[in-house]
Amino acid sequence: MNTAFLIQLLVNGLVVGTLYGVVAMSFVLIYKATQVVNFAQGELLLIGAWVCWTLLTKFQVPFWAGMPLSLIFMFAFGIAIQVVILRPMIGEPIISVIMVTIGLSTVFQAALKWIYGVNPQPFPPVFSSKAVDIFGLQIQTVYVMSLVVSVLMMLGMAWFFKASKYGLAMRATAFNQQVAQSLGISVKSVFAMAWAISATVSAVAGVVVAVVNGVSSGLSAYGIKVFPAAILGGLDSVGGAVLGGIIIGLLENIAQYVDSQYLHWGNLYEIAPFYVLIIILMIKPYGLFGTRDIERI
Amino acid sequence: MVARSTIPAGDFRTSYAADTTIFPTRTSRNFAIAGVILLCFAPQVFSEFWLSIAIQIGIFSIAALGLNILVGFTGQISIGQAGFFLLGAFTSAYINNAYAIPVFFAIPLAGVVTALVGLVFGIPAARLKGLYLVIATLAAQYILLDFFSRAEWFSGGSVPASANPFSILGYTLRGDRQYFYVVLAYVLVSYILVTNLMRTRDGRALIAIRDHYLSAEIMGINLTKYRTLSFGLAAFFAGIAGALYAHYQLVVSQEGFGIERSILFLAMIIIGGTGSIMGTLMGTAFVVLLPESMEWLSHHLKGGAIDKALALNNNITFLREIAIGLIIIAFLMFEPDGLAHRWRQIKTYWKLYPFSH
Repeated sequence: MNTAFLIQLLVNGLVVGTLYGVVAMSFVLIYKATQVVNFAQGELLLIGAWVCWTLLTKFQVPFWAGMPLSLIFMFAFGIAIQVVILRPMIGEPIISVIMVTIGLSTVFQAALKWIYGVNPQPFPPVFSSKAVDIFGLQIQTVYVMSLVVSVLMMLGMAWFFKASKYGLAMRATAFNQQVAQSLGISVKSVFAMAWAISATVSAVAGVVVAVVNGVSSGLSAYGIKVFPAAILGGLDSVGGAVLGGIIIGLLENIAQYVDSQYLHWGNLYEIAPFYVLIIILMIKPYGLFGTRDIERI
Repeated sequence: MVARSTIPAGDFRTSYAADTTIFPTRTSRNFAIAGVILLCFAPQVFSEFWLSIAIQIGIFSIAALGLNILVGFTGQISIGQAGFFLLGAFTSAYINNAYAIPVFFAIPLAGVVTALVGLVFGIPAARLKGLYLVIATLAAQYILLDFFSRAEWFSGGSVPASANPFSILGYTLRGDRQYFYVVLAYVLVSYILVTNLMRTRDGRALIAIRDHYLSAEIMGINLTKYRTLSFGLAAFFAGIAGALYAHYQLVVSQEGFGIERSILFLAMIIIGGTGSIMGTLMGTAFVVLLPESMEWLSHHLKGGAIDKALALNNNITFLREIAIGLIIIAFLMFEPDGLAHRWRQIKTYWKLYPFSH
């Protein structure tokens, strides 16, 4: 039993897990509001990270200005995707809409490789000190930042949905589009806003991951990891997505621990979430907190 | 499934036989038969390069056909087709090498094995709908690929597995010119099989599930059975195609069969037309020919101003992916019924010229 290693991995899992949670949250946001499964979520992360990276390294913008600028860009970008690509698809079969997001993800992925190349780029250092001492554990500053930012975003999201007028409109739309429309809510703008917020939140997560690991096209793997997280929590539960993300993050690292200490199969880290995914789908298809679909004819 | 709008006025079908016939007129049947006979002479006429493209179109179109049963006819989505394709390829190579089963039998056997694995992954699918199912197939793709990289006895791990050339009655087929006939035979058989499947009770059950699964269930269609069945069928054709690919390439490696290949299969049926059997072939041809034509274009632009400005030749792989993605989106937005629909419209236009009704 290697306790120090285990604790290290658990901290790791918690940090990565909250990030998964944030991305899953923005994924669920789009799904809940617009009924679109967004396969391009990971690419939104990636675009946010690259934009921020470009601002910081090519234009020498300081971090405190570069980050908000890239978030503003992503906000507009999210609206643009919705208006240009997804709005014409409203009313089309769900298969077509999913395929459109798959197409989008292909385009973004390739375009970013074209523009920035395939090699990972280091992010300019944001913090002066490398690690902080918490309860005798040496934890990297970026990890602490990542955790803080994630929790802040979750709280912000919770406030937005619970207390703000727009959040209420969004919840109403998610509940029943037609009723929401008849009550004077502009469903169009709610849809656009859902994409905008989702893109922005993903971009924050993207920048955080980039600060930790550097920017590379591997970042979009977060978009794939989101599926186990969101399914575990239930596709339409924001809180469930957060919890699912944390569980998946911890699980990955526990799998890593078990693998390196006992099994020596290698690479279990990558694949464990997908096995879990299949098992969840078999025993509890609607996740932990998802609404069961009741259909009427 | 001829769209009603493309049938000329006054053309009424008065019997079920007339309604379910594959070829609406005798001329169209004769044309189809003549086309197949002409294809038999293709190896004598075309160069090796064009033959290899034709073989690729043939092989991929079988896998795409399987996917079309699942997506176009049953209304389920799968983004794991490349995983099953690869499974078929590895299985065929493995049972041929390890158990000395001739390639001739190994190919259909590989299809059966893949179908069984497909059924296993189809079990959750029987309970799941749309979105959840997509994600389950995504997991299937990752789990299969992970298995291939792990199971060295089966797939050679990081070293590509080798496969033997196709042989029949002790005579080994070598080169594209001879292998073309194998692929042609398989394409013909699969397309005829699927066309006929769609005319049977089972095929109509699948279509009913696609159109409205609740009504289908109320009418007594066993949803679980047919959903799992269509999953198995999709995997079966993917396995056959994979096995054909293995004995064509003579090596099987994981390279290039990730999630992007699964998306490519989806692109084929979307471009061709979901729920159209001939469309599958058109879509596959489109997707296979697109990179070739882009290569050709970039080759001709080499050294020019556009090339220098965009560094086209260095980035042709990325451009190809971008083009594929954009074409998927464009087809979904502007031509959701795919090339098959466009083709029907062109046919109707000529048939009815100069009066459009």
